[in-house]
Amino acid sequence: MSLRRILSWSGILLFLTLFFFLPLARILLVGLDFSALGSGTLPYTLRVLGFTLFQALLSTLLTFLLGLPAAVLLARFEFRGRSLLRMLTAIPFMLPTVVVASAFTAWLGARGWFNLALQALFQLEAPPVVFSGTLGAILTAHVFYNATIVIRMVGNSLNRLDPRLAQAAQTLGASPRRLFLLVTLPILRPALISALLLVFFFNFTSFGVILLLGGPQFSTLEVEIYTQALTFLNLPLAAWLTLVQLVCTLVFAVLYSRLVTRQRLVTEPRADPPLRPRSWRQRLFVAAMSALLCLFFALPLVSLPLRSVIRLESERGDRTQVHYGLTLDYYAELFINRRGSAFHVPPGSALLNSVAYAGLTMLLALLLGFPAARALARPGRFERLIDPLLLLPLGASAVTLGLGFILAYGRWLASPWLVPLAHTLIALPFVIRVLQPALASIPDRLRQAAVTLGASPARVLWEVDWRLVRRPVLSAAVFAFTVSLGEFGATALLYRPEYPTLPVAIYRFLAQPGGMNYGQAMAMATILMVVAGAGILLIEKLRLPSSSEF
Amino acid sequence: MLELIDLHKSYEGKPLLKGISFSVAHGETVCLLGASGSGKSTLLRLVAGIEMPEAGLVRWDGQDQARLPAHRRNFGLVFQDYALFPHMDVTGNVAFGLKMQSIPREELNRRVSEALEQVNLAGFGARRVTDLSGGEQQRVALARALASGPRLLMFDEPLGALDRSLREDLLAEIRRILHATGVPAIYVTHDQEEAYAIADRILLLHEGCIVQQGSPAEVYAHPASVWVARFLGAGNILPGVMHSGKVRTALGDFEPTCGHAHREGESVHLLVSAHKVQLDPGGQIAGRVVDVIFRQDGFKVLLDNGLTFHLPEAPAVGAAVRLYLPPEALACLPDA
Repeated sequence: MSLRRILSWSGILLFLTLFFFLPLARILLVGLDFSALGSGTLPYTLRVLGFTLFQALLSTLLTFLLGLPAAVLLARFEFRGRSLLRMLTAIPFMLPTVVVASAFTAWLGARGWFNLALQALFQLEAPPVVFSGTLGAILTAHVFYNATIVIRMVGNSLNRLDPRLAQAAQTLGASPRRLFLLVTLPILRPALISALLLVFFFNFTSFGVILLLGGPQFSTLEVEIYTQALTFLNLPLAAWLTLVQLVCTLVFAVLYSRLVTRQRLVTEPRADPPLRPRSWRQRLFVAAMSALLCLFFALPLVSLPLRSVIRLESERGDRTQVHYGLTLDYYAELFINRRGSAFHVPPGSALLNSVAYAGLTMLLALLLGFPAARALARPGRFERLIDPLLLLPLGASAVTLGLGFILAYGRWLASPWLVPLAHTLIALPFVIRVLQPALASIPDRLRQAAVTLGASPARVLWEVDWRLVRRPVLSAAVFAFTVSLGEFGATALLYRPEYPTLPVAIYRFLAQPGGMNYGQAMAMATILMVVAGAGILLIEKLRLPSSSEF
Repeated sequence: MLELIDLHKSYEGKPLLKGISFSVAHGETVCLLGASGSGKSTLLRLVAGIEMPEAGLVRWDGQDQARLPAHRRNFGLVFQDYALFPHMDVTGNVAFGLKMQSIPREELNRRVSEALEQVNLAGFGARRVTDLSGGEQQRVALARALASGPRLLMFDEPLGALDRSLREDLLAEIRRILHATGVPAIYVTHDQEEAYAIADRILLLHEGCIVQQGSPAEVYAHPASVWVARFLGAGNILPGVMHSGKVRTALGDFEPTCGHAHREGESVHLLVSAHKVQLDPGGQIAGRVVDVIFRQDGFKVLLDNGLTFHLPEAPAVGAAVRLYLPPEALACLPDA
């Protein structure tokens, strides 16, 4: 192996060894030390695992219940606002969990619009709808989050479904029922199964939504790992639960590769133009479904920013008089350090911390990811061997990574450095996956042409490689930045009280009583939503032209 | 026998088929020839029952088929891009129609292998359809349509996606199979060579109407309009005006054999065959040779007056020539 290749790999391999494999090994060691586990561990584990599976299954079912008709609507029908609606349904998936949780709180929570409206309408003392802290809240948020997976995957498959196959089957005598069972369903099956597994996996490893919206009584594996590690300081039990979680993840990965990768169908993509709804049943379906989707996805997203600038509750200690009106108090309050607040520092500093962490993450992820992506773009035997290793951190949940850091580097917990390192670990696989195809898509002929025209190797790198990959690089950078900004799972375990991040601060303020705390949480969540939204938009903008270039 | 009576269909508000009527007798192969976008494929869909006409009837042996859904008509349809089921192997595709008819396994297997033999694909049963070449895929599609014993076979530009030599082979095979089975067929294409090769009868479709029908030889020899003559490449077309019983054109006066009388001063079009002319120093038409292109059975000669002729020997480029047009080389076309 050439020195250059060793050099290009050394950085990322050292990083992964230190911050992924070593922590994982520590989890394995601690978690398999059964002497440290109490006698009730097994029934407790089964109970937690059971609930985790139960809520994931139920969430998945509901996600499909909404996602399948939505996929049909968006893939098969042409109507005004279709692309806008498609975009709207995709937004939640890319938003940080704390933003989604805050958005639902702003819409359906005790101080949310819905309850406030009902209270005002019927002169009620207490909020009539209990949302936060229920299983329903968890399920709703999961559907909100993951419906886009079903819409995208099944919708793409529907779009590629050649209408002539159905016509051929018809002329060969297939009734509508047999046409569906023998042709349509088998062709959609890979997309259905992969969407099913993905949605289930995301629901299974969901952390922020359950902690923020469900509260501590809903203990999934992720939440229990967090609670055991942080509240009860029972690291052996947390490590044991992490192992259970990792085994489940492994099972999913095997299932996925068995069920999905094997039966990939080579179908010619055919653009069957979506139809305008014709019959009254189609019209009814389009109207009802698009209205439902619009309300379901837009209401929480709109509630949040509105709630952050409108005061709707009584002043402190004054329950009789309610003040209404626009206000920027919640934003102003962020930069004031009050005694008795959740932190020793003003919450505004959480914003600055988050930005600093995100910047560091971006830099680290690019520095480590670029050489790896460049090497992977022209893979040799070594690269093919190492490729799947780089994706492994994706399989471990953020809470798992956080616990691994605690177990491996517990004595440095006081340092603010662990958070950006964990974020880098999470962003790295994405960064590599964005950069690698871009680098691989540069034909070698371009470099050879530049050389024959007199460019030195350095000039080739500058004139050819860099010019062609700066968009993807920027895109990867924004991606890393956004991921870090919204990361909650690992941060919740690793953050220092004097260096809170925005998501952690939102979580803490949401848990505090009082209108001012609530308002500040809304304000911070709005800021996070706007920044993350801008990041998403920027990535989309960067992606579109470059994909058509090649 | 299949009868279509006054079929109408519009697409996005514009009329596409404006009253199509024709019939297909048992054992007959009818070819629908028309430019792309002329509604040929739509017509097949109407017959298949995949789409419904806005007006008109589709009848089989006198029975109206309107209430019969596509899956119960048993009209086979072969698509241009094959439309093979990607999730089934070759056998699965060919057996599909038989399965729909609940044919017992033994007979099903026998008929599948028969159909595969008919299209020269014996032994291909276990292959994935996505691994086959275009020609092989179209053979599978043909076998699939044949296997279930359709009352009628329809071909929607079946050779459009294949290259030339493959096209000729497959065309010969379709011809052989249609003759052997005696299944009536409608064959849709925009390629006149294909139509000549396969059709007992050609129907020319233009702007939603059938503008001419007849055997390939009839249609080629006596195009019914300027459009048909142009579309079939039947010869040179000269605009002219009736002048004392003759057609006056930019290249002189001609006296074509006309089926019908023309008024003095009426504008007509003259069809000048490219084939029936001879080089003759005393000929009516003079021109300078612009280009000479070799053909297997002679030379295509382009003149500076815009006419093209087919001659057995090649004049030199730049040479001035005169051509004799025998009366059978001239025809007048109804104005389009």
